[in-house]
Amino acid sequence: MRHIISVMVENKFGVLSRVSGLFSGRGYNIESISVGQTLDPTVSQMTIVTSGDDNIIEQITKQLNKLLDVIKVTDLTEFDHVEREMMLIKVQPKTEHRAETLRVAEIFRGVIVDSSAKTYTIQVTGDDKKLEAIIDLLKPLGIKEVVRTGKVAIAREAKS
Amino acid sequence: MKLSGAQILIESLKREGVKYIFGYPGGQVLNIFDVLYDEKDIQLILTRHEQGAAHAADGYARASGKPGVCLVTSGPGATNTVTGIATAYMDSIPMVVLTGQVPNMLIGNDAFQEADIVGITRPCTKYNFLVKDVSDLARTIKEAFYIASTGRPGPVLVDLPKDITVAKADFKYPEKVELRSYHPTFKGNLWQIKQAADAISKSRKPVVIAGGGVISSGAAAELKEFAEAAKLPVTMTMMGLGGFPGDHKLSLGMLGMHGTYFANMAVHESDLLIAIGMRFDDRVTGRVEDFAPGAKIIHIDIDPTSIRKNVRVDVPIVGDVKDVLKVLNKTMHDEGEHASPHRKVWLDRIEDWKAEHPMDYEQGDVIKPQFVVEKIYEITKGDAIITTEVGQNQMWAAQFFKYRKPRTWISSGGLGTMGYGFPAAIGAQFAFPNKLVFDIAGDGSIQMNIQELSTAVLHNLPVKVAILNNCFLGMVRQWQELFFQKRYSSTCLTGTPDFVKVAEAYGAVGLRAQKPSDVEGVIREAIKVKRPTFMDFVCDQMEKVYPMVPAGAAINEMLFRPPDCLTGEKLICKTVKQELKCKCVRAKRGM
Repeated sequence: MRHIISVMVENKFGVLSRVSGLFSGRGYNIESISVGQTLDPTVSQMTIVTSGDDNIIEQITKQLNKLLDVIKVTDLTEFDHVEREMMLIKVQPKTEHRAETLRVAEIFRGVIVDSSAKTYTIQVTGDDKKLEAIIDLLKPLGIKEVVRTGKVAIAREAKS
Repeated sequence: MKLSGAQILIESLKREGVKYIFGYPGGQVLNIFDVLYDEKDIQLILTRHEQGAAHAADGYARASGKPGVCLVTSGPGATNTVTGIATAYMDSIPMVVLTGQVPNMLIGNDAFQEADIVGITRPCTKYNFLVKDVSDLARTIKEAFYIASTGRPGPVLVDLPKDITVAKADFKYPEKVELRSYHPTFKGNLWQIKQAADAISKSRKPVVIAGGGVISSGAAAELKEFAEAAKLPVTMTMMGLGGFPGDHKLSLGMLGMHGTYFANMAVHESDLLIAIGMRFDDRVTGRVEDFAPGAKIIHIDIDPTSIRKNVRVDVPIVGDVKDVLKVLNKTMHDEGEHASPHRKVWLDRIEDWKAEHPMDYEQGDVIKPQFVVEKIYEITKGDAIITTEVGQNQMWAAQFFKYRKPRTWISSGGLGTMGYGFPAAIGAQFAFPNKLVFDIAGDGSIQMNIQELSTAVLHNLPVKVAILNNCFLGMVRQWQELFFQKRYSSTCLTGTPDFVKVAEAYGAVGLRAQKPSDVEGVIREAIKVKRPTFMDFVCDQMEKVYPMVPAGAAINEMLFRPPDCLTGEKLICKTVKQELKCKCVRAKRGM
């Protein structure tokens, strides 16, 4: 099963390689990993998407906790959470498809962040399903390049 | 007053109570060695190879319980310690490894003798540091010792660029360490401990499996009290030997691949395993699906990742073994009667197994390696520190010597490093100059760090090396004999030197035993001379380690010595030529 693990780490050099080395050294899978600084500049937040059965996920969280630079590990899959990923898609449509390309972008609330005589670059944000859907629609129109950030996720606050 | 980085380093080591550094100089650590030149409180022990320095520091740590310290130069000096670091890491041994590095401004330039040792050792250290500012140095050393010796211990590496050793800073050694992301758990959960006590009271066929954690947390006394009070039979992993007296009536000896029949049978038929400071290594469990099929498992360990990594656990207790056992002992006493009448039935059953397949061998005309180990035990009355190499020598040393106290058994368990035992014995002898220290070795392993004879001779260390010489890489040969149709590919050690002459050439003592009646005299002589000694025991070439759980089998599926295999078989090497050469060496020695 797929899990999103949020890892708070010391913002020091070498930490990313300690974390990624743990995954590669023990044969765990990383689907995506994203890292960024938090409000506290000495702390970074990593969002790791991984998969495995319950035993593997238990080991992953324990092993992450064991790393000295790791401050806190949260398996967000256990909580109600929001996950988002951003994607930049460079589309090179035929002239007759340029209007259709813009329409698709609009439907997905994408933003055109660059355009040239032959291409549009669309920025789109969402969960997996939304990103896959826009790729499916744009493919026949001619995708030149796709770049994704990997997922970031955050727990939802209780409603009351 | 400002001190140079090199001075700060040595002052910091003094604050940590360091007496010996095992090391080897080189270009990037010149400033540190220069400070050591005038140093009175810390002695640098010059080994003859950086791997030897790392193992010696490890042996010192295992014998004394204090972190071992190793100092080497950058590049090849640093990479040569990697096997030693990985050895300590696998066995959770506290060690601080100081490596020189090219100056900060040259890092990444592929400078002369540059290696990214922090990157290389990341997976085999508990933590590692690259010091980028001299003002961080004292704090880094404090943290390195703290991390190495607390929680589940392990090696910590500190990489020291040359400019750091020259730069000056105010020296103030920190009083304590504050690491917001490192808080090892010490106290076990009380409710879980209560669950464990209940399970023990209810069990009919309990077995304790004691591991290296008992030794590293210093819990041997608590374990003894625990086992005696509840009349629990105790088996030990290889790392746990010495954690419970091997000659105690409740001791089952070692379990696992070359464990005793009675330990393996007891674990297999148990209804409750109490695993203490061990990690269910594959050499212990055999085929995991069939491991202790009827047993509930209580698992006490300081490292949460050890729990439920390899086997299912019913009562997990994360905590320091000593603390948890103290509370558990109290909880059990509070409950009063717990050694049920069923316990006698169970202990009687174990006695039957002991009678069925005791640990034995048959001594004929040729020296049996087990006989040598038993004689060392007999003559020293068990009061010695035994280090080992890896392979058959290690297993016989584990099986036929009864370790009564912690830290008297020093062996590379997890990584299985050949060449470990001799430098480790040197380290142990520095920790205890007046104790008898034996390295039980094979003719293969001893050649992997034989250069350390210089170190032993230079410091006149009375380290005694018992070479169980069978002209083979015996353990691999044993597997080839049993599972590869006797195709002895590259295991016949032709070209082995005359160890007596080697010892003498280095200025050490060389002794040889050709026949069983020589063995005792040689051991007594080695003890008497009080100098570094090589004992060459010309052993049965075909002797195998039994019992043996073949790879992939359950631990109750053991192989025993076939009755027709008691005397040496005909020696068959890969080629006739090799066979002749091998015999030739023997002939020279008058075999």
